[in-house]
Amino acid sequence: MWAFIHKLGSPKWFYAISARLQPWFWAAAALLIVVGSVWGLAFAPADYQQGNSFRIIYVHVPAAFLAQSIFVSMAVAGFIFMVWKIKIADMAAAMMAPLGAAMTFVALFSGAVWGVPTWGTWWMWDARLTSMLILLFLYFGVIALRGAFASRDSASRAASVLAMVGVINIPIIKYSVDWWYTLHQPATFSVTSRPAMPLEMWAPLLIMVLGFYSFFIAVTLMRTRSEILRRESSKRWVRELIGEVS
Amino acid sequence: MPHVESRLVRERGDVSLLREPQGGVGVAIRATLKRDLVLLMRRRSEVLNPLVFFALVITLFPIGISPDPQLLATIAPGLLWVAALLAALLSLDSLFRSDFDDGSLEQLLLSPQPLPALVLAKVGVHWLLTGLPLALMAPLLGIMLSLPAGSYAVLALSLALGSASLSLIGAIGAALTVGLSRGGVLLSLLVLPLYIPVLIFGAGAVQAAILGDGVSAHLAILGALLAVALSLAPWAIAASLRISING
Amino acid sequence: MAFDSLSAFLAMGGHGVYVWASWGITGLLLLGVVVHARAERRALLRSLRRRVRREQRHAASDAVATPVSHQEGHARES
Repeated sequence: MWAFIHKLGSPKWFYAISARLQPWFWAAAALLIVVGSVWGLAFAPADYQQGNSFRIIYVHVPAAFLAQSIFVSMAVAGFIFMVWKIKIADMAAAMMAPLGAAMTFVALFSGAVWGVPTWGTWWMWDARLTSMLILLFLYFGVIALRGAFASRDSASRAASVLAMVGVINIPIIKYSVDWWYTLHQPATFSVTSRPAMPLEMWAPLLIMVLGFYSFFIAVTLMRTRSEILRRESSKRWVRELIGEVS
Repeated sequence: MPHVESRLVRERGDVSLLREPQGGVGVAIRATLKRDLVLLMRRRSEVLNPLVFFALVITLFPIGISPDPQLLATIAPGLLWVAALLAALLSLDSLFRSDFDDGSLEQLLLSPQPLPALVLAKVGVHWLLTGLPLALMAPLLGIMLSLPAGSYAVLALSLALGSASLSLIGAIGAALTVGLSRGGVLLSLLVLPLYIPVLIFGAGAVQAAILGDGVSAHLAILGALLAVALSLAPWAIAASLRISING
Repeated sequence: MAFDSLSAFLAMGGHGVYVWASWGITGLLLLGVVVHARAERRALLRSLRRRVRREQRHAASDAVATPVSHQEGHARES
């Protein structure tokens, strides 16, 4: 088993196998997102209370899920890197962070925009948006810290530590912000906590969530492969590969 | 050869050159505490700066918003907590910097004693000379903000309890950025999101005291946050220091 | 279909601005991420190819010109 894990950690092996996996994830992402979008935008029934603005859920929720999942993945990858010194884990963590930040921004933007027809305001300090905002700052922190070190190894380790510290804090932050919000806004209507949705409404949502996750994996595979070439550029197998490509 | 050395020591007890440093973790912790206390007390301005900053920020808000006592009374708990939090943040940058600059941090890392314990001692001193004074000064500034009666004790207590967590969490950020040339700004970005739970429950305690609600829940959660910080932060700080020194 | 016509679909019952702004930003960012990842890879491959070609040329000229060790040649490159 350990041999498998260490093989998994070999950049050359990972490069080869990810080449075969990549197309599947791209195809899945494209298919799921297109189907989910069409279904959610054109076929799902409008919400009784919110009308058609409710369709924003089909980008807001997947983005929010991804934003949190990517941070957790980053922390797990950082842990794997620190404990087992598997470089691939660090490469993947470095490549994931910008996408995670982008997804957080999408969740924030769509959540805020959703608030206009719902609450009549462009920004609302509700629990979910506030937590997302804090998560965005956490992402910025990890990205900035990684970029601040001259030595790549120090940068990787520092970013791993910060990601792990951050991931421990995320549930604490969520709990605190939830508590804070309910204390100050007792009569709350959260845009995403709602009575049970009928199938025609949550099925496209599930498809979009799966599509977004496939997209995340596809993009991370692609960028990690680039990062492998970048970091291992002095190795023979990379040179041979480049020689073939040119 | 140790055998030979110990014989020599027994023969000439005043020669301490040949002895291993004596004492375990306890001695090391006490030594670190004493050293940091003495050094920090010599740099009085470093101890006073956060307090002055705290007072200045509290002065700015009525000027910037409104001197109306009613208005100030409503925002006082949050203002006091945020200003104290920022003052504590300001003092963090110098937590490890002078030791890093003169090489004594590297020596600390080479010590055979467990680094988390020594680090805890350093952070403890920092809290004693930064967080605690801020907590004690806050009620005075509360008067200036027309903080309603019945909440002054809770203000001091919540700040004392909370600032200990702030010192611990902030030390992680300070350790990560001590080796960087422009680490100060980055430190704020890293640490402030992590401060938010402490802020929520700290300010919440004071607000609950004003409303006459029970504060024990808030203080209990502040205590729980401190317990988590005490059990996890020393290791994170130690790991971060090693990264910064080796980088 | 939840809408009677294309114009109704675009209007989204008055909420068109919000829905299309949200979906638009999302689509733009997703697309942007893909475009960036591909451009990054292309640029990387280009620079790596240049480097390999440069080193091959120097290795060839070194082998022909002087009996300089390959290691020295490589040091000059990086």
